[in-house]
Amino acid sequence: MTYEVKVYVTLKEGVLDPQGSAVKNSLHHLGFGGVEDVRIGKVMSLRMEATEDTIDNQVKEMCDKLLANPVIEDYSYETEEVVSS
Amino acid sequence: MKFAVIVFPGSNCDLDMYHAIQDELEEEVSYVWHDETSLEGFDAILLPGGFSYGDYLRSGAIAKFSPIMKAVKEAANVGKPILGVCNGFQVLLEAGLLPGAMRRNEKLTFICKQVGLKVKNQKTMFTNSYGEGETITIPVAHGDGNYYCDEQTLDRLKKNNQVVFTYSENINGSIEDIAGITNEQGNVLGMMPHPERAVDILLGSADGLKLFQSIVKHWRKQHAITT
Repeated sequence: MTYEVKVYVTLKEGVLDPQGSAVKNSLHHLGFGGVEDVRIGKVMSLRMEATEDTIDNQVKEMCDKLLANPVIEDYSYETEEVVSS
Repeated sequence: MKFAVIVFPGSNCDLDMYHAIQDELEEEVSYVWHDETSLEGFDAILLPGGFSYGDYLRSGAIAKFSPIMKAVKEAANVGKPILGVCNGFQVLLEAGLLPGAMRRNEKLTFICKQVGLKVKNQKTMFTNSYGEGETITIPVAHGDGNYYCDEQTLDRLKKNNQVVFTYSENINGSIEDIAGITNEQGNVLGMMPHPERAVDILLGSADGLKLFQSIVKHWRKQHAITT
């Protein structure tokens, strides 16, 4: 089966995000004073062949080994089966 | 003594490293392309600075899977001196040869200047030619040099004297001003400042040369005992 996978990688809570802080300040300057926190992360879109049984393990392994750095980053993901038309 | 300079696609301090060893230290040195799989015959391994694989994904994240990294790990396990400078440090962190990770510099700027470094541990094979608590001048050039590790790791680093260099003034947000650390065994050193760019007074400082001389001194001592 073909899957569309979206992987979201963000800095762990408690790890300072210098880019997020700069963007938050900029939003405050623009008048969005209500913004309390900004965290910047990455979204990766993958298209891959896998079975229902293996997809989760494969994506987790990819995240643990390469897509995220477990020392400073957390990840989450969504998978969606591509239905051929 | 024979040094290897590992060259990744995107390394750009490999020539500086090579010339520091060849022309200033006057020891044998060869480039080793990242596709190679053996480091046999080399006594010390140098991972230079630059932007391996364009720093895509994270600095050092893709280089850690280069074929040569298996041989680097083996060399580390048998106690050979491994030095990673700047991007080389980032690769060692990503490869798990050193603990922690690098974040973007606190002020988000690329910092390129001479900085003061305190030698916190001069008993390592990389620092035995420096004086206790000596302050040296070495240039930095990085955007992702903001060192991070969790509290338990930091405690361990301090307890084992693995923090080898700290910045005189914290330039990038690194915890506890950390500029360079070793592994627990003390044979793998990662540092953001560039000792290979400070090997002749014409370059603004020659303080980096002692680091390479320390490696040779340690090796000669070891070699004299084992043969």
